Amino acid sequence: MRFTKDHEWIELDGDVATVGITAYAAEQLGDVVFVELPGVGKALKTGEGMAVVESVKAASDVYAPLDGEVTAINDALSGNPETVNQAPETDGWFAKVKVADTAALDALMDRDAYEAFLATL
Amino acid sequence: MNSVGRPTRPETAGGEANDYIHPTLTGARGLLQDEALIFELGGWDKTGVDLVDAELDASDLGDLVRTDPIGLPGLSEPEAMRHYVRLSQKNHAIDLALYPLGSCTMKHNPRLNEKAARMPGFSDIHPLQPVSTVQGALQLMDRLAHWLKTLTGMPAVALTPKAGAHGELCGLLAIRAAHRAAGHGLQSEHPRNTVLTPTSAHGTNPATAAFVGYKVEEIAQTADGRVDLADLEKKLGPHVAAIMVTNPNTCGLFEREVVEIARLTHEAGAYFYCDGANFNAIVGRVRPGDLGVDAMHINLHKTFSTPHGGGGPGAGPVVLSEALARFAPTPWIVHDENGFDLAERAEGPAAEAFGRMCAFHGQMGMFVRAYAYMLSHGADGLRQVAEDAVLNANYLKAVLSAEMSPAFPEGPCMHEALFDDAWLDGTGVTTLDFAKAMIDEGFHPMTMYFPLVVHGAMLIEPTETESKAELDRFADALLKLARAAKAGDVERFKGAPYHAPLRRLDETLAARKPRLRWTPTDPAKIAAE
Repeated sequence: MRFTKDHEWIELDGDVATVGITAYAAEQLGDVVFVELPGVGKALKTGEGMAVVESVKAASDVYAPLDGEVTAINDALSGNPETVNQAPETDGWFAKVKVADTAALDALMDRDAYEAFLATL
Repeated sequence: MNSVGRPTRPETAGGEANDYIHPTLTGARGLLQDEALIFELGGWDKTGVDLVDAELDASDLGDLVRTDPIGLPGLSEPEAMRHYVRLSQKNHAIDLALYPLGSCTMKHNPRLNEKAARMPGFSDIHPLQPVSTVQGALQLMDRLAHWLKTLTGMPAVALTPKAGAHGELCGLLAIRAAHRAAGHGLQSEHPRNTVLTPTSAHGTNPATAAFVGYKVEEIAQTADGRVDLADLEKKLGPHVAAIMVTNPNTCGLFEREVVEIARLTHEAGAYFYCDGANFNAIVGRVRPGDLGVDAMHINLHKTFSTPHGGGGPGAGPVVLSEALARFAPTPWIVHDENGFDLAERAEGPAAEAFGRMCAFHGQMGMFVRAYAYMLSHGADGLRQVAEDAVLNANYLKAVLSAEMSPAFPEGPCMHEALFDDAWLDGTGVTTLDFAKAMIDEGFHPMTMYFPLVVHGAMLIEPTETESKAELDRFADALLKLARAAKAGDVERFKGAPYHAPLRRLDETLAARKPRLRWTPTDPAKIAAE
């Protein structure tokens, strides 16, 4: 699993990456009440908004960690947004993305590096 | 990522075991009744008025004519009257007590304003009356416009916007029209399509910019709570249409580099929109036009003491610089030897007007109240308003700093004092808990968790209309609470409010599973529907 400084996690399987927000992000956001996911087929560009997470008092953009195309989204989040708080790094995944260049993942942090990054915040 | 530390659901159950109050048999508290919805009061078969049955000979509705009862609640006049008065008792209002919401300028609404607004020449007129019969009303609008232009040092004003955010929309539409006229519209080859806002901006600023069709980029903030000039300079460019900056800003601080901000913005070919929400701090002392502002809305319900809701809609006139004046929306008030008139169409001097902000001429009742406020204060009085508002905020900042941590301790603040939650570290009490405990002590809370750039923010704006005695009473309650939090009396906060009509609300549940429709529970009433 790889991580970004914007607190997203990416799990690669072949050339398809599953993307979600980290436990730290879910904790910081507080109780999530709504998740707006991208449409299947949407082309993603690194750093551009791909989803919006709303808690009771704030809406936060989630940025695409990689270039690629959305192949599936986690529809279960629309009825059960609390899954993002309960299981952010498993059942609370946001989207599956067909990655344009899997080598781009190498530039992202592994868990140790991410934990070290969190310690600096 | 937003991480202001705001909890949104009760941490303790708030059940009777935690209740400081002995539960009553009826749910009432003292003489405050547990109020039902109006649909749950009375019966369907009652009415408070005695109307003659209307006789309809024919209807054009055919089989669309309703045959079922419409299900309106049936109440006698005293039942209806008591329902609404009881509800009003549960409301907080500026006529009841201090209302310290930051960036809201909840000042007293003078009764003189109300007297003037109720004069039949202002209150009983219709926007479609011939202008020859409303010359006085038009003259008042013209005088109000004169005062607003004079106080801001700006050459033009659009009176019609009906609130602060509506004013932002008006200002950005004028800016968009100006860029379009210069060949840099959103659809042009070299569009100016981006608006810059600081991280401490009111949420309406980026929302307005996005609504108008602009991309929004954030400008970083310096450690002392102001716009980061280097970051602004980096983000300005030929794609930027405008910047939106509040001054004084939402940290309660004056943007000391505002003239340089304006210079950089103009040099990049962009316009400077100033959010005038905090104009109360500088009215009569600083003219935004002198600072290089191109457009600014003025919340009449803040600085000029008209009611915040309740008394009717708001008003957010927008002053415009020379560069934007010709794009101002119609109607314009014009006058010649024959008297006052309204330029309604985009022709003549108003040929480049971008359109209209509303069907008629704006909120006449608010214009009268604001003008009454201006005349009763005079130029010197308005200057003193700003001075006293800033003095009151600094007094609270100084007194409360004994127990609470100011977010920006260096130097004075403007009209509002901002604290963070560092002083609550280790107490187990959050900003939200503290605010709820304030309700128990008889004070409406301050603005919480805004601006977003300060953790656990508490933003207090007392306004100039509070006396020193009232400020002392308020500060005393907050200091007592602060000491209780530090002394470990956590239960006082976690279960609060104990004494309000309702206890702590579960905001998460309300957001996830909102109940938006009342459903009848009484079988007899269901049968009658």
